[in-house]
Amino acid sequence: MQRPIVLLLTVLAASAAGAETATDLLNTYGSQPVVKGATAPVPTAAAGDRFFHARHKDWSCASCHTGDPRAEGRHAVTGKPIAPLAPAANPRRFTDFAKAEKWFKRNCNDVVGRECTASEKADVLAYLISLH
Amino acid sequence: MPDSRLRHRFRTVARPAAMLVLLMAFQEEVLGASPSDKETWRAECGSCHVAFPANALKPNDWTLILAALDRHYGVDASLDARDLAAVAAYLQAQPGPERPGSAATLPRITTSRWFREEHGEVPQSTWQRPGVKGAANCAACHPGAESGRFDEDSIRIPK
Ligand code: HEC
Ligand code: HEC
Ligand code: HEC
Repeated sequence: MQRPIVLLLTVLAASAAGAETATDLLNTYGSQPVVKGATAPVPTAAAGDRFFHARHKDWSCASCHTGDPRAEGRHAVTGKPIAPLAPAANPRRFTDFAKAEKWFKRNCNDVVGRECTASEKADVLAYLISLH
Repeated sequence: MPDSRLRHRFRTVARPAAMLVLLMAFQEEVLGASPSDKETWRAECGSCHVAFPANALKPNDWTLILAALDRHYGVDASLDARDLAAVAAYLQAQPGPERPGSAATLPRITTSRWFREEHGEVPQSTWQRPGVKGAANCAACHPGAESGRFDEDSIRIPK
């Protein structure tokens, strides 16, 4: 009687905690067309690299995640350390779609002044995955 | 008072009163804010800075802060409805001592009267040290801040 419940809980926990990989997320973002009906642009690490390091208003993504996303970051206002963003340096990154979405929304608002497009997110992910 | 009457009193007055106190404590603990609310608060309110302790502000201050998370002291800290409810339950259920924040649309701990009084002996120049980076960086001087410890014995001020 107990086994099925344990099994059910394990399955629920796995889906709640997010069993995605960085590549799953890249595929999700990378398959969303900019214009309805058009084909989605192919994500490129080079575009993600430029986007990540460009200063948009006051900040760039590097302001908190540093110029090297494999390194530990530091919050530009509070100074609190931030674990590395590149999956090669931090395997827990991009394993939970909801978490990635939450931070893309917040950080793009702060840095760019608007939410990022799916294509911009795909480029950033392609760049982060390309780092070893 | 004979023994039996005392016992009777205990049964009719003291015991129900004790039960009521226990029940209230239970409600506070279990119905007000659950351990998972606390986990949500620690994770969500501790990602950009240390999770400031609930008793650093009064409940109404927290209400004002939680109502404006998308415009949070210069950054977007918005939460989905479920996490927001959990954080609110945790922050509102904290028992006193209540410390009122600064009187502002977004109340602050660091400019409140209690904070300035507790830190009256910290010289102005200390707050600007690179290792401190501002008064809101509690953990710079209170190494136990992540686990809610701020007592005087555990303070270490970075050079
Ligand atoms: C003001 C500081 C700051 C800036 C600027 C910033 N971030 Fe972040 N970012 C954070 C913090 C804090 C976290 C969460 C900390 C953690 O999870 O360890 C985070 C987490 C993330 C995550 C979550 C990854 C995951 O799934 O675990 C993504 C994605 C992200 N940032 C992307 C960006 C991008 C893209 C930019 C530039 C547009 C950017 N960030 C700029 C502070 C910042
Ligand atoms: C996306 C990053 C981020 C998240 C998430 C976040 N905060 Fe903040 N918070 C900040 C920044 C930046 C400041 C300004 C710090 C400063 O001025 O030194 C701040 C300041 C504060 C202050 C005022 C501190 C003072 O100076 O007295 C309080 C209180 C506060 N946050 C509470 C919360 C609560 C509660 C949550 C969870 C619902 C939360 N924060 C989540 C970034 C964040
Ligand atoms: C620059 C270092 C520094 C920073 C940053 C700092 N504190 Fe303190 N704090 C101190 C010192 C020093 C004392 C002891 C003051 C005294 O006894 O004169 C103290 C005392 C306190 C006390 C009283 C402790 C007791 O047992 O009497 C509390 C509560 C407290 N701090 C909370 C905070 C909170 C919350 C933050 C972040 C919002 C913070 N502090 C940031 C240095 C700091």
